[in-house]
Amino acid sequence: MGRGLRWAAAAGALALLLAFPLVVTLPFPRHVMISIFLYAMLAQAWNLLAGYCGQISLGHAVFFGTGAYTSTLLAKHVGLSPWGGMLAGVVLAVVLSQCIGYPVFRLRGHYFAIATIAVGEIIGTLMINWDWAGGSRGLFVPIKRPDSWVNFQFHESKQNYYYIALALLLLALWITRRVERSRLGYYLRAIREDQDAAASLGIPVAAYKQRAMALSAGLTGLGGSFYAQYILFIDPESVFPTTLSILICLVAVLGGVGTFWGPLVGAAILIPLGEWTRIAFGGTGRAGDLLVYGALIMLVSVVQPGGIMALAQRGRRRTG
Amino acid sequence: MTAGPLLDVRGVTKRFGGLVANNEIAFQVAAGELVGLIGPNGAGKSTLFDLLTGFQTADAGEVLLDGRTVTRLRPDEISRLGVARTFQKLKPFAQMTVLENVMVGAFQKTADLARARGEALEALERVGLADKAQAHARVLSTGQRKRLELARALATRPRLLLLDEVTGGVDLRSIPGLVALVRELNAAGTALVVIEHNMGVIMDISRRIVALHLGEVIADGPPASVGRDPRVVEAYLGQAYVR
Amino acid sequence: MSVETLLQGLVSGLLMGFVYALIAAGLSLIFGLMEIVNFAHGEFLMLAMFATFWAWALWKLDPLYSLPLTVGLLFLFGIVVYHGLIRWILGAPMLAQIFATFGLAIFLRAAAQALWGVDFRVVKNPLVDGRLAVGGLFVGLPQLTASLGALLAFGFLYWFITRTETGLALQATAQDRQAASLMGIDTQRMFALGWGIGAACVGAAGALLAMFFYIFPEVGATFALLAYVTVALGGFGNVPATLAAGVVVGVVEVLAGLLIAPAFKYAVVFALYLVVVLWRPQGLFGRF
Repeated sequence: MGRGLRWAAAAGALALLLAFPLVVTLPFPRHVMISIFLYAMLAQAWNLLAGYCGQISLGHAVFFGTGAYTSTLLAKHVGLSPWGGMLAGVVLAVVLSQCIGYPVFRLRGHYFAIATIAVGEIIGTLMINWDWAGGSRGLFVPIKRPDSWVNFQFHESKQNYYYIALALLLLALWITRRVERSRLGYYLRAIREDQDAAASLGIPVAAYKQRAMALSAGLTGLGGSFYAQYILFIDPESVFPTTLSILICLVAVLGGVGTFWGPLVGAAILIPLGEWTRIAFGGTGRAGDLLVYGALIMLVSVVQPGGIMALAQRGRRRTG
Repeated sequence: MTAGPLLDVRGVTKRFGGLVANNEIAFQVAAGELVGLIGPNGAGKSTLFDLLTGFQTADAGEVLLDGRTVTRLRPDEISRLGVARTFQKLKPFAQMTVLENVMVGAFQKTADLARARGEALEALERVGLADKAQAHARVLSTGQRKRLELARALATRPRLLLLDEVTGGVDLRSIPGLVALVRELNAAGTALVVIEHNMGVIMDISRRIVALHLGEVIADGPPASVGRDPRVVEAYLGQAYVR
Repeated sequence: MSVETLLQGLVSGLLMGFVYALIAAGLSLIFGLMEIVNFAHGEFLMLAMFATFWAWALWKLDPLYSLPLTVGLLFLFGIVVYHGLIRWILGAPMLAQIFATFGLAIFLRAAAQALWGVDFRVVKNPLVDGRLAVGGLFVGLPQLTASLGALLAFGFLYWFITRTETGLALQATAQDRQAASLMGIDTQRMFALGWGIGAACVGAAGALLAMFFYIFPEVGATFALLAYVTVALGGFGNVPATLAAGVVVGVVEVLAGLLIAPAFKYAVVFALYLVVVLWRPQGLFGRF
């Protein structure tokens, strides 16, 4: 497709997305779209670190939880507007990521992946036992009425949440594009391909990994704060578990790790699929969608580790 | 530009458990000089390169670059001081294109995308790979990969270039081209230390040869005299061949 | 806290340690052979435990009697997993390898949930029951049996790897795949065998644990993490070292629970992992 055509297609898609909630007013479809945007954004954030930089973190939920808890606790105890809380959440998530990254980035390969799981579990355990922050009972976001942008709460309809989630996704996409077309992007990919060669060309590897980590963690934290304001209840089980970390990875892997559109494609497929199986397999509850996820991921790993985007590339190359 | 050698290796020693890979290695490289580094397999040549470029740290001794101690610096720090290297086991950025590979090197000198691209294309021209700029690195032949790695290193505009094997694994037809390239680089002012097993090549292009055997320097001088040095002959061919 | 409690804790930590070692041994074996971490290892354990449970629930077979069956079943399962999944990702990038076994883990866990529900099951009135009083300490007989069983299984594994021709072939393949195949060793067979034996180890551990542990679909998760820590401590690929490493993990877990808080015992074990791999990347006894 020529560049002009691609831009037109993207603009058209964006127009459709913007118009969607005006046309579809039922809450459930809107919720599905919001979930797609959120997961796509989280997966895109993860993609920056894992796909572009090659550092496969399996504990990314800690940043999501940090964002969610920071904005909620600040709203509860200090009365800070959730927008300010969101910002604080981003800062805290970034700081946390640097603290984690400093020791953990010395590890490579499987050791690194397992270490991220370990960190995720440790922090999850801490949160469950931290009573001031709600412990295992969780926290309710203080309800503010009437609906307002300042308080970041809309009870009447999901429409504004929809637009905020879309904006966050667009932010993640924009950041990714900027990174791709900069020295940072090239350096991250070099680190992914061969760390030693990268170092031999003057790249301070640890520093750049931390940079990727900061971007990734910050974006993820942003998503966490949004989630808190959307669902209005958070607990360690919903924002910190390893299963969430895995789900974020799944979305990116299915769509195509290291590609620009991969996370969005993955979310667009996986989230509705999850909702559908949840409905179809009613009785067995969560098991149904996890069964499908598990099978899908095995399939992707074996058939095309590059995900759907890679399949699309292959098709395009053959015809073009 | 200070007087004194560009590279000064002083009594560098490296042990791996009981094995002494480098034992009191000492030699110098002047700015713009081409030094050949020879020695049978296991002599410690690649270890020495790792020590010089920060991939390993010496247990004893010092390495000075232009009078400045670099012994304990990280690889990226040493690279930014003007030392570039290639690897014996080639390390292309497989999923990136040839051009992108070299741009990674070029980015050391500029943060601007367009300028980096220009520099990279220039480096590719010098090594004769410009026509393959858009190809993915993983589809290149060994000879082409060597050129790529060279271009990538050149894009960092080094004062000292360490080449680990120029002709190894390369088809016979491509060797003269690579050798000519190395000569050109040297003529343009870059100092080079070249590890090479092809005796014909290395004796031909080097101004000086340093010979290693079992981790020690056994000869250091012009190619002609090193080639006749009995210790060198013994190391390569065995006692029987020492005349 | 009394010395008695401490000693009690140490003993039970030691006993569990042998079981952890057996679980980890399978993981280490697989990694040593083909540098793949089996992220579904915990689910293998869970399947073994369920197999033992169903043998008891349906046919009244005591875990000790059904143990050989479970081991055989898991051995076959390991081979099936190799041929059905692992074989296809041997040359794939690490991300694909990680996710292949992760996907399997999620799939198995969900399947167990779908088939058997989330309820906790337990084997009631096992053959081996009750407690033993040694000195001032109490040792549960099921735990003791499991521990000794694990030790025996471990010993058998060690004997197999070091004294039989097949075992030596396995070691050779682990150390140098190409050289081994040049010597006439069928690499594919070795890989499949490795998975079979690795799964069989977990099978034995699962059967033993089922004597006194609750059985439910999520049970594998924690054991898996403990297994990773054990393998990392012992050094990936170093099977004998996992015995000592398993004991360390078992003891640390108990001590953390006693000295800090039961809620944090796993957190401490994970923290231990981080400390060890950062300080000594090759593990406490690792090769390189």
